Amino acid sequence: MSRQIIIDPVTRIEGHAKVSIYLDDSGEVNSARFHVTEFRGFEKFCEGRTLWEMAGITARICGICPVSHLLASAKTGDKALAVSIPPAAEKLRRLMNLGQFTQSHALSFFHLSSPDMILGFDSDPATRNVFGLIAADPELARKGIRLRQWGQEIIELLGAKKVHPAWAVPGGVRQSLTEESREQIRSRIPESLATAREALGICKRMRERYPAESESFGDFPSLYMGLVGANGEWEHYSGSLRVVDHLGYRVADGLSEDNYKDFVGEASENWSYLKFPYFKPLGYPGGIYRVGPLARLNVCDRIGTPLADRELQEYREMLSGAVANNSFLYHHARMIEIIAAIEGIERLLEDDDVCSHHLRAEAGINRLDVVGVSEAPRGTLFHHYHLDEDGKVLSANLIIATGQNNLAINRTVEQIAKRFVKGPDIAEGMLNRVEAGIRAFDPCLSCSTHAAGRMPLSVELVASDGEVLRTITRD
Amino acid sequence: MAVKTLTIDGRLVSAMEGQTVLEAAQEAGIHIPTLCHLDGVSDLGACRMCLVELGNSPKLQPACVLKVAEGMEVRTNSDRLRKYRKMIVELLLSERNHVCSVCVSNGHCELQDMAVELGVDHSRFDYIYPVERVDITHQRFGVDHNRCILCGRCVRVCDEVEGAHTWDMAGRGAKSFVITDMNQPWGDSTSCTSCGKCVQACPTGAIFQKGATVGEMQKDRTRLEFIVTAREKKQWIG
Repeated sequence: MSRQIIIDPVTRIEGHAKVSIYLDDSGEVNSARFHVTEFRGFEKFCEGRTLWEMAGITARICGICPVSHLLASAKTGDKALAVSIPPAAEKLRRLMNLGQFTQSHALSFFHLSSPDMILGFDSDPATRNVFGLIAADPELARKGIRLRQWGQEIIELLGAKKVHPAWAVPGGVRQSLTEESREQIRSRIPESLATAREALGICKRMRERYPAESESFGDFPSLYMGLVGANGEWEHYSGSLRVVDHLGYRVADGLSEDNYKDFVGEASENWSYLKFPYFKPLGYPGGIYRVGPLARLNVCDRIGTPLADRELQEYREMLSGAVANNSFLYHHARMIEIIAAIEGIERLLEDDDVCSHHLRAEAGINRLDVVGVSEAPRGTLFHHYHLDEDGKVLSANLIIATGQNNLAINRTVEQIAKRFVKGPDIAEGMLNRVEAGIRAFDPCLSCSTHAAGRMPLSVELVASDGEVLRTITRD
Repeated sequence: MAVKTLTIDGRLVSAMEGQTVLEAAQEAGIHIPTLCHLDGVSDLGACRMCLVELGNSPKLQPACVLKVAEGMEVRTNSDRLRKYRKMIVELLLSERNHVCSVCVSNGHCELQDMAVELGVDHSRFDYIYPVERVDITHQRFGVDHNRCILCGRCVRVCDEVEGAHTWDMAGRGAKSFVITDMNQPWGDSTSCTSCGKCVQACPTGAIFQKGATVGEMQKDRTRLEFIVTAREKKQWIG
């Protein structure tokens, strides 16, 4: 008799999702699916709003990465105005995005994923969360929380709010740093860097500690997409898009977001509200690609800051091939990116432009079909607006990083389920591994902030006739 | 002009004949909440926020259009009045689509301030979610009917101060809406002088400067006061 296991909701991720694991008659995993179970409709209710409100509205999509939408939207707005924004505004936007990378990556590691890695995948689910981490290693937890707080402080000092700052606008930004706030950020760089390096050290040891997990958490070939700078360096704000394959060969380079429809297709399935973007030239689902920290490190030639470049080199030497094809390495890549972000912040703060008052270019509506792109902590983010000639949004299309990882998350879930879940007696730790595989992508499903990991998890074994054979619940 | 003596909230207050209870209260430093009132233009008692109790009368009266009278006994802040005022704000919030978090006037909005003042932390009424227009055809300004509370300040300031009478009210009841010229797009209006007085007069984010982003629209009423004062004192007549 075939059975179905449902993990609902998936915990310690941002948003709501569930996992179904389908068992065959012998109790072996046949297949698994990752469903996003909520519908929000932002693209629809942006219709009829003004271009200038779009940054503020789309930032509300997410409480963890509002800055990503803010920047992607402001960049789309720049294009509608057809302006080149003041250099200081670009530097400040970069600064905020790096603050965002720092806080979001710190959240992903310390608050959401480190309980699995430090306390163990099979540890008691009641304490396998950030509070358990605080009890087990208070000093590390404190450092992690402070690192995230520092990242958020950068956002707040620039945008007046930690969450949802309405700061980046079409044409530039609304305010710069004061000398005091510049020093305030600068003073905590050494501490932040030390914490990031400690976390990176933990990530490096994970492959030895969890060999089975690190082999099966999404280890498969796929394409990778991300922004790179003019000289192929790691990029998070501008540049062009590059796609590499699982061997590191460049499948496409110098792509412009303006033509994203030529290379990104969006499929949908009737069992999930999250779309399935794919690399168009390879079709669906063959055009499976990953975005985010893993992909950004796979597509770039180098990072461009000394410490991060050294870590990137060590990381690449550790890999068996030219690029990382294992989603378990998202954690490692994320920590290298935090170091890159902190070094980037340090470099930007040396520039007096961050205190400039020439911050905003003004113009009317000059282009009506515009696409903006930026790198969110979770990956490449596209905003595409159709405007009327007054600047009212006729239609909007937002392609979110997690969507682009959707195919890969599904494949990861199936891979882990096949490796670890053996029916019919399902241990909680087995299911936690399935969730941890999803967490590696740091998905942001609806972007609500369930950061503490205290959502209940219920797992149901359902027979093919719909009878619930067994329910496992944890609080 | 004769002086009238009345009691407001137990205090003896004197006012000039012809003054409103609202004016008398304001001069005496007694706060009565208002939304449709704007210094310098006529009052019409549209919003009913300034309702007061009068003597033993069961009927409530809007202080902005109620003339003072000798021996009048006014109460401005009873439980009943607070209850009604709160209800009015809840009804306003549920009638259109007021989304403070993404509004250009967030943090500088009279409706929002009023909700805070009256302790409106939720609305008991179902939101109607009407589909309202946004008109940004004007080169410099925009109007978002989602945020309009039909106070009519724009209509009065445009007519009485600027003298253009671009704005007017169309429709009936809750389905009323402000229009420019003969319900044409604002950008096509031939009467609009683009003076911006309606922008400054609007209590919410309904009329705004184009290009303003979340929370950026701060209305500057001192410009209106300056004009109104100059006109009243005939400062520009030599």
